[in-house]
Amino acid sequence: MRVRILVSFKESVLDPQGQTVKNALLTLGYAFVKDVRQGKVFDLEIDGLTEEEARRVIPEIADKVLANPIIEKFTWEILTEAKQV
Amino acid sequence: MKFGVVVFPGSNCDYDTYYALKEVLRQETVLLWHKDHDLQGVDCVVLPGGFSYGDYLRAGAIARFSPLMQEVREFAAKGGRVLGICNGFQVLLELGLLPGAMLRNKNLKFLCQFVHLRVENAGTLFTRRARKGQVLRLPIAHFDGLYYAPLATLQELEENRQVVLRYVDEKGEPTEEANVNGSASNIAGLVNERGNVLGLMPHPERASEALLGSEDGRLIFESLIQS
Repeated sequence: MRVRILVSFKESVLDPQGQTVKNALLTLGYAFVKDVRQGKVFDLEIDGLTEEEARRVIPEIADKVLANPIIEKFTWEILTEAKQV
Repeated sequence: MKFGVVVFPGSNCDYDTYYALKEVLRQETVLLWHKDHDLQGVDCVVLPGGFSYGDYLRAGAIARFSPLMQEVREFAAKGGRVLGICNGFQVLLELGLLPGAMLRNKNLKFLCQFVHLRVENAGTLFTRRARKGQVLRLPIAHFDGLYYAPLATLQELEENRQVVLRYVDEKGEPTEEANVNGSASNIAGLVNERGNVLGLMPHPERASEALLGSEDGRLIFESLIQS
C-alpha cells in the first residue's frame, strides 16, 4: 500500500518561498496566479497494515514527525494503482 | 561547573563550544555522543550549532529523536540547565522544551554576520552577569532563524519575561531593519517558564575572545558558571 502525505504551512504562517515562486510566475506573465503555497510530499510504502490500521496510524506519523503542528498542516491519501505513476 | 556538549552527526560548532568552555573559561567540559544514554554527571547540557542530520525534514527535527535526548528531557524536567545555541535552539523547539518554531529567514538568505542584541531579562541563570537593557554584539550564522509562535504564546512569553534577547540596532532599538531574519517580536533568545532552558540563535562561543571580534558571549557562560 502506498500512502501520500502532503505537508504545507498553515494559512496563518508566511511562506516566503511560495511568495518568491508566485512573483517569478507573475514576472513570466502568468497574471492569473493569485497565490502559491509551497509544501512537501512524502510517499510511504506500507506493508503489514490493514487499511483501517493505516487510517489510524498515518495521521499519527504525520502529526508526530512529518509535520510540525505549530507551523504546518497535512493531508494524506492512500494511493490507488492508477495514481502511483 | 561541569559542561557537556552534545555531538550530533552534522554538529559543527561542537568543538568551538568545547574550546570556549574548556580553554577560555577553564571549566570541566566533556563531549556527549548523541547515541549514548549517559550525561556523565554534567551540571549544564549544551546543544551546539550546526546542521544536525543535515537539517533534513526540518532543522532539529531528527535530532530530537536521538537517544540522548531522552536523558536531556528528564534532566531539564528536574531543573537541569540546558543551553541551545542556533541549531541547538531549533532542537529545543522541536523537542518541545521551548515553545514556538523556526521558519526560513524572511529574505531567504543564509545570514552570517554580527548583530546587536538587547538583554531583556538579566535575572535568568544565563544572563545574571549582564545588565537589563545591555546591548551585546554577537555573530549569527543560520538559514532558519525566523522565530514563530502563535499570538497567544507570544503574549505569554512577554508576560512571563521569557524573552531574553531581542535583535536591536546599535542604539538598542528593536527596529524592523535590525530584525535581520524577521523573527516575531525581534526574538533572538528565550527561556522556558521555569528558567532553566535557554535557546538563542546567536553564537556566544564565537564571541568569547577579543581576537574573535567580541567577548560579549562570555557573559552567557559566566552567568551560568556564577549561578
